[in-house]
Amino acid sequence: MEHTTFSPLLLSLKVAGVSTVIVFLTGMLLARLLARRSFPGKGVLEALFLLPLVLPPTVVGFGLLVLFGKNGIIGKWLLALFDLQVVFTWVGAVIASVVVSFPLMYQSAAAAFASIDQKLEQAAKTMGASAWKVFWTITFPLAWPGLLAGLLLSFARALGEFGATLMLAGNIPGRTDTLPVAIYSAVVAGRMEDAAFWVVIIVALGFSMMMWLNWWNGRRLRRFTEER
Amino acid sequence: MLSVRLYKQLPHFTLDVQFEMNGEILVLFGPSGSGKTTILNCIAGLVQPDSGWIRLHGVSFVEDKGKPLPPQQRQVGYLFQEYALFPHMTVEKNIAYGMKQKEQSWQKLEPLLAVLGITHLLPKYPHQISGGEKQRVALARALATEPSILLLDEPFSALDEETREKCRQELLRIHAMWRIPFLVVTHDRDEADKLGDTILFLDRGRVSRVQRNSDK
Repeated sequence: MEHTTFSPLLLSLKVAGVSTVIVFLTGMLLARLLARRSFPGKGVLEALFLLPLVLPPTVVGFGLLVLFGKNGIIGKWLLALFDLQVVFTWVGAVIASVVVSFPLMYQSAAAAFASIDQKLEQAAKTMGASAWKVFWTITFPLAWPGLLAGLLLSFARALGEFGATLMLAGNIPGRTDTLPVAIYSAVVAGRMEDAAFWVVIIVALGFSMMMWLNWWNGRRLRRFTEER
Repeated sequence: MLSVRLYKQLPHFTLDVQFEMNGEILVLFGPSGSGKTTILNCIAGLVQPDSGWIRLHGVSFVEDKGKPLPPQQRQVGYLFQEYALFPHMTVEKNIAYGMKQKEQSWQKLEPLLAVLGITHLLPKYPHQISGGEKQRVALARALATEPSILLLDEPFSALDEETREKCRQELLRIHAMWRIPFLVVTHDRDEADKLGDTILFLDRGRVSRVQRNSDK
């Protein structure tokens, strides 16, 4: 294991962290905007949001490559305006993670917002609260358990993202070899010990996150049911 | 004075009512699905009528032309049917939610809290108190914003008969203290007679009869 460094772990945490912040904010915002609104094409739009969930990651990766490649619609534009090249960079890994984990956040947030009794928000409004105050004092705290579940799922999904990342960001040691990519290349190169090392780390991370979420949900449930 | 003229197409019939009221208790009585709650929602600004007007003490909430006044600016107290207390806030936070000047408002509210007997509930959460207590807390919360009118949607329907009778008496006393128009929605005839100075009988979106109670 002489070549093993922690760089895949740090890179993975960086990519998943940035991706989760983006996904949390956009997923929450879009879910809030679309909740309780109906317009022609809403079904199509929502199906489009959830599409990455049912597509093979390689298909997502292919699509992103076409969009963000040097000659892609967005890639060309980014290159011309910002001199930014996302293919084979960690930014590419972030984009791949965002696209595959967005559906999880969107679904969790949409369900969380839909579960809130509309009368609570209406009551707040009649008491003079602005739309902004209603959101931060009523909607957000009541939706928080669902939003947090979405956040953790998105983070876990981003941490485990492999297919689309490999296609868009490649496997450049020290630059785009996130944990799952590092595991794959270690196995291909016959470095089973390296692979096992990373596997243990990623399993421990995922397991402790889910354990914590379960514990937190249980505690919350007790708080709302005790002392009746 | 509240002056209402509403016209709104609902799924099964058309809501078409007109009435006026002063600082009295006006009861909207009718079977469920006769448009009572929609009238309250229009006055609160949660729903917009297709046409008509709503004016309270010279302030226009809705006119045939022009934008409706947002609910935040109407100074309407609304007691929802299931109370709609915020489950994640204590009774104290619930009541204080709409207060503009906390200290002054609490002072003003003290006699009301005493009449309602809910002062000891302030640190509790809504799930820790009984149905009758929730009803009183919701009433205090609706009045804490110092509204110009109070809307009550089936205020006692979730209570048992004994508590209901007690709450009715309280409501009459509070009305005498507060002296603002109370608009009560109910499908309970007995309740309508006991509370209302005026009763509007609603049937499929129209007022079918008006009854004035001189001796309630």
